[in-house]
Amino acid sequence: MRGLSLNTAGLLAAAIISVLALVVIPQVAPFYILLQITLYFSFAILALSLAFIWGFGGVFSFGQAAFFGLGGYTYAILSINMGSSTVPLIVAIVLPTVFALLLGYLMFYGRLSSVYLAVITLVVTLIFHKFLGHTAGFEYRIGNAHLGGYNGIPAIPPINVPGDVTKFAFPEDMFYIAGVALVIVYFGLRWLLSSHFGRTLIGIRENEERAELLGYDVRLYKMIAFGIAGAIAALGGVMFTNWNSFIDPHVFDLGMSAQIIIWVVVGGLSTLIGPIIGAFALGILALELGTQQTIDVNLILGAILIIVVLFVPEGFVPTIKRMCIWLAESRGWLRSRLDSSDLEEKQGRDG
Amino acid sequence: MADTNFLLETRGLTKRFGGVIAVNDVNFNLIPGELRCLIGPNGAGKSTFFKCLTHQHKPSSGKIFFKDRDITRLHTHQIAHLGIGIKTQVPSVFDGIPVRENIWLAARRYHGRGSANKVTADVIDRVGLGNIRDSMVGRLAHGERQWVEIGMVLTSDPTLLLLDEPTAGMTHEETEKTARLIKEISESASLIVVEHDMQFIKAIANKVTVFHQGSILVEDKVEAVMANPLVRDIYLGKEKD
Repeated sequence: MRGLSLNTAGLLAAAIISVLALVVIPQVAPFYILLQITLYFSFAILALSLAFIWGFGGVFSFGQAAFFGLGGYTYAILSINMGSSTVPLIVAIVLPTVFALLLGYLMFYGRLSSVYLAVITLVVTLIFHKFLGHTAGFEYRIGNAHLGGYNGIPAIPPINVPGDVTKFAFPEDMFYIAGVALVIVYFGLRWLLSSHFGRTLIGIRENEERAELLGYDVRLYKMIAFGIAGAIAALGGVMFTNWNSFIDPHVFDLGMSAQIIIWVVVGGLSTLIGPIIGAFALGILALELGTQQTIDVNLILGAILIIVVLFVPEGFVPTIKRMCIWLAESRGWLRSRLDSSDLEEKQGRDG
Repeated sequence: MADTNFLLETRGLTKRFGGVIAVNDVNFNLIPGELRCLIGPNGAGKSTFFKCLTHQHKPSSGKIFFKDRDITRLHTHQIAHLGIGIKTQVPSVFDGIPVRENIWLAARRYHGRGSANKVTADVIDRVGLGNIRDSMVGRLAHGERQWVEIGMVLTSDPTLLLLDEPTAGMTHEETEKTARLIKEISESASLIVVEHDMQFIKAIANKVTVFHQGSILVEDKVEAVMANPLVRDIYLGKEKD
């Protein structure tokens, strides 16, 4: 399996890093950094949704921002109306998932080619952007929630303990909630990709024709994968909306859609850890660059994308991994391992 | 539908690409257990005929019956389910993943979690892929990729195998090995094999169907076909009187 090593060592390392990060960072980091990391957690979840559907499903979706924003808006509207967060949380993931399945049904059962797929997903996102931008009028309200056009929806109630509205998440609690959500999504995807469904999806990425000739209904697999990616993006959107207590149509804009792709490409397509690192690294970079006014941030992000595509086409994580293996082999660190496996094979044959 | 003794039957099967008629009114039939060879010059419509059978191409007109069931309108994956496996002309395999994973994905479609691993190991043995089990399929030689694809098709124990040029790009030894494999497969399944290598056809086939310009030109025993002046003409490109 390309890029994803399923060995237990990697799994263990990822688990240890996750736990350490969630325990140690809050002890040492100042509050504003904690807030910033919470935001990157939600972006990393969004990055994973594209990493999954594009890197492993081979479906280039330009529209993960649509499900992210739809999740955020759904959570905002419902929690303002209902007060409690439990039902809004569930609906905010289910609704975008159903929407993704429907859109996926039209695209995959209609046998659209990948170029049209990218265009359609992007256009759907931009339609949301335009539409919600024009909802400033008083008539655009759902229950108590005013959509507010480009001014967005402010004062969105935070997540609370199910059944008890008085116990709600403070910003520092959101660090843990979003962090745990990211960890669950990451390990969930690792599990999924090692299952029959995930392995088949990788096969479909490699050769759709062969998958069909073997008897797999490629359309169904892609539609379900697209739905899963939509659910993950929506979860990211809910975390983002909670972090912000606010949402506006810019979550649907072109910049947002493009940013997700940059995270995934820079971090490494066909890996899961790469896009997470990409989301963090570029998030931090954008924040730092935002403090100066000489050069436009988007210009630099665009330049980074071009440089990566030209010089590090696999993305940073696979490239660094390859360099490490090369280094280890040239220094003789790996040779002993190869020798021993040769030996085992021989012994196996003799015995 | 009247019962026939045919495993596979096409009636008036036609495929047009714009103005080009690639397969023209083909009435073809195969009895259970048969090993048939299809020959014909390039562009005769053999591969297109295969792709119509698996619905990779939608037939323009005509009907296809498999075990007396009309499969003309079924999807590719549904046809695979009925027990028709195909090795395409250009090996259609999963390039970016190892040989073993290729075979496993094929095996797991029709077998449970436990038996899929066993079937995978069996097929790797049977086709002789043990040495390249862990190699990426994309890095293999053409002949090896052919075997990987045949192995994948074998995992489902198909009733009918379509092999499109199974020995293309193979050395003499590899060709012999493939011939043995096909003979062995033919003991438990029916096969249609597209080939150009006459020695190979002699070694495996009984009955041969000759395609020419989208239609069936001759259908006869292998010796009779090879002695047929018409067949020689189309292969050598001579004008017939």
